[in-house]
Amino acid sequence: MTPQDDRPVSPATGDGAPHTRRQAKDAARQDEVRLENAVETADGELPPPAVPATAAGLGAGPAPDAPLLHRIMTGNALVAFLSVVLSLILGGLLIAVTDQNVARASSYFFSRPQDTLGAAWTAASGAYLALFQGSVINFEGDSFTRIIYPLTQTLTVATPLICAGLGVALAFRAGLFNIGAQGQILIGATFAGWIGFTLHLPAGIHLLLVILAGMVGGAVWAGLVGLLKARTGAHEVILTIMFNYIATNLVLYFLSTPAFQRPGSTNPISPQLDATALYPPLLGPAFRLHWGFVVAVLATVFVWWLLNRSTVGFELRAVGANASAARTAGVNVSKGYILAMAIAGALAGLAGVAQVSGTEKVLTSGVAASFGFDAITVALLGRSSPWGTFAAGILFGAFRAGGVAMQASTGTSIDIVLVVQSLIVLFIAAPPLVRALFRLPSPGAPRAGKGGSTTRTPASTGAAA
Amino acid sequence: MKNSLRKFSRGTGLSAAVLGVSALVLSGCGAPPAEDSSGGGASAEAGSDYLGCIVSDSGGFDDRSFNQSSYEGLKKAETDLGIEINQAESQAETDFGPNVDQMVQAGCNLTVTVGFLLADTTKAAAETNTDANFAIVDDNSIDLPNVKPIIYDTAQAAFLAGYTAAATSETGKVATYGGINIPTVTIFMDGFAEGVAYFNEETGGDVQLLGWDKESQNGTFVGNFEDAAAGKTNTQNFINEGADIIMPVAGPVGSGTLDAVIEANAAGKDVKAIWVDSDGYETAGKGEEFILTSVMKLMGDAVEDVIRTDVEGNFDNTPYVGTLENGGVALAPFHDQEANVPADLQTKLDELKEQIISGEITVDSAASPE
Repeated sequence: MTPQDDRPVSPATGDGAPHTRRQAKDAARQDEVRLENAVETADGELPPPAVPATAAGLGAGPAPDAPLLHRIMTGNALVAFLSVVLSLILGGLLIAVTDQNVARASSYFFSRPQDTLGAAWTAASGAYLALFQGSVINFEGDSFTRIIYPLTQTLTVATPLICAGLGVALAFRAGLFNIGAQGQILIGATFAGWIGFTLHLPAGIHLLLVILAGMVGGAVWAGLVGLLKARTGAHEVILTIMFNYIATNLVLYFLSTPAFQRPGSTNPISPQLDATALYPPLLGPAFRLHWGFVVAVLATVFVWWLLNRSTVGFELRAVGANASAARTAGVNVSKGYILAMAIAGALAGLAGVAQVSGTEKVLTSGVAASFGFDAITVALLGRSSPWGTFAAGILFGAFRAGGVAMQASTGTSIDIVLVVQSLIVLFIAAPPLVRALFRLPSPGAPRAGKGGSTTRTPASTGAAA
Repeated sequence: MKNSLRKFSRGTGLSAAVLGVSALVLSGCGAPPAEDSSGGGASAEAGSDYLGCIVSDSGGFDDRSFNQSSYEGLKKAETDLGIEINQAESQAETDFGPNVDQMVQAGCNLTVTVGFLLADTTKAAAETNTDANFAIVDDNSIDLPNVKPIIYDTAQAAFLAGYTAAATSETGKVATYGGINIPTVTIFMDGFAEGVAYFNEETGGDVQLLGWDKESQNGTFVGNFEDAAAGKTNTQNFINEGADIIMPVAGPVGSGTLDAVIEANAAGKDVKAIWVDSDGYETAGKGEEFILTSVMKLMGDAVEDVIRTDVEGNFDNTPYVGTLENGGVALAPFHDQEANVPADLQTKLDELKEQIISGEITVDSAASPE
């Protein structure tokens, strides 16, 4: 999150000291960003880290006192946006190439090329239109409910993605690769589900207990990883991946015991959760949107506050930027690792609660779908900032929700959505590629004169594919 | 030497590229179709405004198992009855609700859902949309006027397979393993175990079954329906313990068993496999010559039947139970293995089939439909 409210400190008297509280805050922010960048790159000696440990990561970012247009052009948000655009273009090409009508028409391409091109355009545009109709507005709906249903569907699917994405993003900021979101979601869902269908409590308390249980489950599962990393130095990538396997098989085992099965059946599916343990619907029973979405928003606010306004968050960011420097500065790095993983696990557990109490209402072995792994791409796209993760979660929720409609109405395979998502990750991981394709200026480039316009060719968002 | 090698690789690369490009270009040189052949020739048969739909479970329509068979039944209904069809492939359990909803929104007259995991979603959709019909495969928990369960007493056909295996085994050991310990899997294994036990009882033999214990309802399971490598390892273990006929009840995981069987035969052992759900000789894609027989659940026919009765307006919610009698379950022909099955065994199997149909022999399984 490049400080957008920065203004150059323009002292009234000329002795360089800030004279208003606003100016003081601005100066402090600037210093913080410069410090982060400097620490990350050892004052320009080292290349920036691959994983954005700070929100400014993925490159040093533009200087805070550059003009707005230059900051936008060299900023990382534009790279993220253009990566999405590029992936959509490539996805459209893939849809066109694999379409049956196009294949038929291309057999006589040279005698009637307009058939092939027309079919290709129809295929790609039809698929994306269906994607849009399935995720935002269905203008062919026959009632108001049906028209806005896709938007609610997007938000519903985005809820667990946002929560789990926050978990992964928080861990990234502390310098930890949390690949274990899948296992954390599963264990959180298991704890929450068990409380939901075993205990029978009155309305408010039951749901609260369910949410708490989910967070505790996820926190414990991830905290173990943090503990192991702190005590033994084991790499958290290996730990979290292995813990994913353990979690998956643990859930399968639980679902084979009578305590977790429906009475009278040996299918590995739990009893339905009590009505008091479910998130109430947010907009009424006609929609699937539930209060879990509000919880996701609150979680985003909490993570923003934690990272940017609290001392704990500052210590976590310090650990993420440079653990040795943090240790020298007196931060307890072990405690930082454990705390970061525990909070990340709690957030992933919230995603599990959203699944089990919001949409699925039962516990099965597939209750986490692939959210744990999608969360990693969400955090990457959101560049580990809370609100970026929120936006990225909504985008991926739109893809998922729209993909269902795209498959149903145009017959395009739902795997295309996965391809588009993967391409986004590919381009996000290679900002210089996107910058080169769109001829954007790179952030470290020298500019002519302070405050003047850049001498580089201004970016043109022309077609690049 | 280096230069000529580089020239060689560049030369082959260049010529390969030229070949590829020219192939692509030449493929566009076909003749265009006649101008008036636009898609007006719809099949104007009776059922052409009927929309039949299917929603798969997370196995997808290419699982060579029950999703695929049900989908093929729907496609067969499309050609035989002239109806329109639509399908939704679920990638994860979270897609079930949205997919079923999409099908209902698209105006499907009959939506077929495949698997017990879809039961809750199907029930909810059926309760809200009382004018649409549903059929669910492999689940009998829903009792609503517009839902028809399609279930199978697979133990009957598995019994025949168990008897065959016990009778043809040369080492006296046969084996089976499952994907997940769920009733639709254990019903195969129970029937198989009963068939082996019946053979031992009748002939005083002592054929052992590895991988499943009917009493304790416990055995060897892979834990999923995807990991073919684990299936191969299980099969190799069984072969090492002396089993020479293995029945994998794990959908696509069975391809790992076929790999192991092919390898064992190449190394000189005489090992065979028994396939499940469909006729492995036709569908498995490899190792057909080593597939002794298959325990078939003829889901395609059942789905087509249900659609036909709905098109004719005779939909009812009594469960369709596939048995040996109505051909819903069956033992596949022996194909290449015909020579290894003596004629008196084949007559005995026909006899047993009659006895099961008439009720003289009852095949019990905890997972049998009532």
